[in-house]
Amino acid sequence: MNDALDVALRLLVVFAVFLVLPLVVGQTEHKVMAHMQGRLGPMYAGGFHGWAQLVADGVKFAQKEDVVPANADRRVFQLAPAVALLPYLLVLVAIPIGPSEGAVGQVVDAGIFFVLAVMGVGVLGSLMAGWASANKFSLLGGLRTAAQLLAYELPMLLAAASVAMAAGTVSLPGILNAFEWWWLPWQIVGALVFFVAGLAELQRPPFDMPVADSEIIFGAYTEYTGLRFALFLLAEYAGIVVLCGLTTVLFLGGWHGPFGADGLGWVWTLLKTAVLAFLVIWLRVSYPRLREDQLQKLAWTTLVPLALAQIALTGIVKVAIQ
Amino acid sequence: MPTASPDHRPSSTTSGRPRSFPGSGLAKGLAVTLRTMTKKTVTAQYPDKQPELPPRTRGVIGLFEENCTVCMLCARECPDWCIYIDSHKETMPAATPGGRERSRNVLDRFAIDFALCMYCGICIEVCPFDALFWSPEFEYAETDIHELTHERDKLREWMWTVPEPPALDPGAEEPKEIAAARKAMEKQAAAQAAAEAAAAQAPQAPGPENSGPQNPGPQVPGTPEGGPA
Repeated sequence: MNDALDVALRLLVVFAVFLVLPLVVGQTEHKVMAHMQGRLGPMYAGGFHGWAQLVADGVKFAQKEDVVPANADRRVFQLAPAVALLPYLLVLVAIPIGPSEGAVGQVVDAGIFFVLAVMGVGVLGSLMAGWASANKFSLLGGLRTAAQLLAYELPMLLAAASVAMAAGTVSLPGILNAFEWWWLPWQIVGALVFFVAGLAELQRPPFDMPVADSEIIFGAYTEYTGLRFALFLLAEYAGIVVLCGLTTVLFLGGWHGPFGADGLGWVWTLLKTAVLAFLVIWLRVSYPRLREDQLQKLAWTTLVPLALAQIALTGIVKVAIQ
Repeated sequence: MPTASPDHRPSSTTSGRPRSFPGSGLAKGLAVTLRTMTKKTVTAQYPDKQPELPPRTRGVIGLFEENCTVCMLCARECPDWCIYIDSHKETMPAATPGGRERSRNVLDRFAIDFALCMYCGICIEVCPFDALFWSPEFEYAETDIHELTHERDKLREWMWTVPEPPALDPGAEEPKEIAAARKAMEKQAAAQAAAEAAAAQAPQAPGPENSGPQNPGPQVPGTPEGGPA
């Protein structure tokens, strides 16, 4: 009975985090992007500096009609937003934010495998949406998503493998227990590759070719309306949270900080995640979208060799210090 | 080695420009956005804060109806016929006994349909009596298109929002009205001075033929008087 309560409580907390943090990131994006462009952003919803803008957006989305195109593959079309969103919820369960047993939803022994495999599933949602919409723009977006997934999953996996080699374990808390501060410069190339590849997998600007609105309307999401469209948007922001959390855990030392008591490790994790989320927004505001061929070129000629070089470096150092 | 690169960046070896550190352009881009974020925003929160409009803003057309002579020039020149004028003729009694009766136009209605008006300003340009003016006032949206036809009382109210005309350039030619008024005043002042001088001289020099004090002397200012000289 007590176990069941414990599990329920953990799931509830993870679910709450899953609902709140993406909205916080979304609101931050509203305000940061506005100020980076010399604007104020939302100012009215909720009274104080438009803090409730996304709540208002959610209410608006919920009121809209849920349209399914006549020629669409109905079931797949309706299922796609859930497939896009749920994997990030599952990944969030496995990310440790503190050193104690209570600071992680569920310790998964093969944490890296679980996390990366499940994250890859999220892209399937876009593929399903693109194929099922019976719309050429959706299809183009879906195909671009597929190409992007193929190109960027590899460097992401290689970079994560480098960390696993360094720690000698694939468990996420295990990696953090083995973390030393000098891993930071040692794994910095891997961290960059992982972060960039993660951005590309989330289809965030400057890697938003699959939803390039000036070319293919809104890619795979063109035909979506109302709540299902909102779920796709939520998946993007949940993806930012998950990517930043993972980068923090794998490369930035998670709960380790230059100072701070044992009980405050989760503050470090959240702080590093927040800084990375700011970076994601910052990159979006600063850079224009890459062209499709530039996108592929970056993955295959830059990120993959860099990730391989990082693995070689990790192996050499690992052998040298033993 | 592939010679044709799919991206069309000019190669540094051919252009001869010194190659900057790779990635410095990306860093510059990030710096620009970060610097903008720390600066004050340019957004004006309009309904809370009124905009500062330049004095020549074409917001709405005000009517200075005291100047209007119902000449109808504005209504006839208006390209989309959005000015409505009604008037009648009144006969004024003669100002002096035995004089002629005068008739004049009295304005009954002056309305501008701002749903039709295209803010070309031709009516203002064409008015020979300076009865129409641009006002920067712009908040007169209505929920019904018929309510955008504004009558003379509303147009007269907007007249109060018309800013005073900008000052002339230094060294500019004097406006004609002012020049005429100034000339008239100078003439009047000169005449008055002459009259005063004559009045001062009269008691000192009582000439034999001068019966000035008995005469109805210079009453009308501005009339050249003979005087003792």
